Amino acid sequence: MTTQDLARERAQVHHHSFEALRQRPVVLGLLGLAVLVTAVVAGVAMGTVAVPVADTVAILAQRLGLDVPATWAASSETIVVTLRLPRVLTALIVGLGLSVAGVTFQGLLRNPLADPYVLGTASGAALGAAIGVLLPIQIAWLGLGLTNVLAFVGALAAIAIVYRVAGGGGRSTMTSILLTGYAVGSMLAAGLSLAMYLSGAQLRQIFFYLLGSLNGADWQSLLIGLPIIAGGSLLILARARSINGLLLGDDTALHLGVDVRRERAFLLALASLVTAAAVALAGLIGFVGLVVPHIVRLVVGPNARVVLPLSAIWGGAFLVVADLGARLAGELPVGIITVVIGAPVFVLLLRRYRAGYQL
Amino acid sequence: MNARGLRVDIEGLGLRYGQADVLVDIDLHIEAGERLCLVGPNGAGKSSILRCLTGLTEPTAGTIALDGELLAGIDRSAVAQAISVVPSQVDLPFSMRVEEVVRLGRIPHENPFTGATAEDHAAVDIAIARVGIDKLRGRDVRQLSMGERQLVLVAMAVAQGGRLIVLDEPTVHLDLRHQVEVLELLGRLSDDGLTVLAVLHDLPLAAHFFPRLVLLDEGRLVADGAPSSVLSPERISEVYEVDPRFVPALA
Repeated sequence: MTTQDLARERAQVHHHSFEALRQRPVVLGLLGLAVLVTAVVAGVAMGTVAVPVADTVAILAQRLGLDVPATWAASSETIVVTLRLPRVLTALIVGLGLSVAGVTFQGLLRNPLADPYVLGTASGAALGAAIGVLLPIQIAWLGLGLTNVLAFVGALAAIAIVYRVAGGGGRSTMTSILLTGYAVGSMLAAGLSLAMYLSGAQLRQIFFYLLGSLNGADWQSLLIGLPIIAGGSLLILARARSINGLLLGDDTALHLGVDVRRERAFLLALASLVTAAAVALAGLIGFVGLVVPHIVRLVVGPNARVVLPLSAIWGGAFLVVADLGARLAGELPVGIITVVIGAPVFVLLLRRYRAGYQL
Repeated sequence: MNARGLRVDIEGLGLRYGQADVLVDIDLHIEAGERLCLVGPNGAGKSSILRCLTGLTEPTAGTIALDGELLAGIDRSAVAQAISVVPSQVDLPFSMRVEEVVRLGRIPHENPFTGATAEDHAAVDIAIARVGIDKLRGRDVRQLSMGERQLVLVAMAVAQGGRLIVLDEPTVHLDLRHQVEVLELLGRLSDDGLTVLAVLHDLPLAAHFFPRLVLLDEGRLVADGAPSSVLSPERISEVYEVDPRFVPALA
């Protein structure tokens, strides 16, 4: 038996252990929901001041409209409802959005290495945020900080520029969109560097944003971000068929009845919107949109109709857990945690790939 | 399996890119259930005809009708239900299993919200059985040989349920045994009643497996009919500019 045979054999064994899940993706979804709920409860209960799990569950149940007698301390309710719940839910929705956007960009670009920031949204958002930090004015709009609003605008502006320069989704190939994204992203990154150079004492604030953090999460921004991310994700899910059609390339997608121009434009716009909202809420959080879809695809195969909802669930759970880790480690930026977990997992996957796995 | 093939009427078809005439005044009528092969040198316009017929390219002149209805007036998903195109290569970004690729053929029938139905799953099973690749079903497509991949793509086209199957050089990269296997499969599909339209470069194989050949040269239709009448030694030397003895089966 050669080394290659052994590797194939080993991969085969792994395939078998995943086989049951692959046939029943619903199980993986339910498992993900269980993990998600547990993570949310843990995320709300744990922190510098621990709230008993029973109280946490009771407070959450009451907020969901259940008739639960209030037996907890008033301070617990304040901690849970005002401080931790918006943060945990923001982590959930950001993780969900980044994962859904990741699946979409990977499908559209037919590239498993694409992430939600691939078309320059990251640099656009970061530059917007930096400008927000540097402006000597403080405008609150609908209770939102200027930084978040400008990050959102920056991300959308970046993608709009990429789209215009590349000549729209129809005539241009995804390669030209990708290259334009890289060029525009680099220019915006230079602008960001300049902003950071000029920022002086506020450098730390910009830096914090670049690393990604859920520290500033509150109900107002969550309530504005949530419909954008949830709505965008649902609309993407409704186009899962088109993402599948594009797997075999543009010509085949057309032959399968997919209106490639229109669908690609829609999907690009939706995924960009979701990414922009996620970035505005939490800064640049890396690896979630790359690693979560990868692992899901590894287990259940590439059917977007299955991969999208599963990535949404597991992406949400992953970021809730990562944020809990970040808080428990003394308020580290969560972006560091996701990369610390994400990068080794990714390397592991690539090693598997060489050992016979086909990503 | 008994299907009614699609009738195709192409009249006065022309295609220009800038100053270059790619297709000039092509008239081609394909009866329901017919098996026809386009042959001709590189650049003769074979693939361009297929691109016009399958809606990838808008012709600059002439009309194409499917069962008497103008192609230009049929919406894309209806065309996808009528015409199955076998992709010329698989270049998958992700690992996919054979049955997952075959299931892609059901996209034109799928409800965008609810996904594949029992009917779609049945069509996939039938296509896999018809093409005879049951054994490959759970295998990763990227681990298959070129010949096996080609069969998977034909199965996908069969699952798509088109009444016309279009193939652009389906035997390229295949060894002789797999070439014959694919061409025999096309014979069985046309026995089922489907219309089959292919482009081939191998003249002896085309002559053997197709009752009707259409020879193209420089965008024009040169000859149309039974292989023996289309591929005369004089025409071969004229169109291909080679000694006809290089095509032994015909010499």
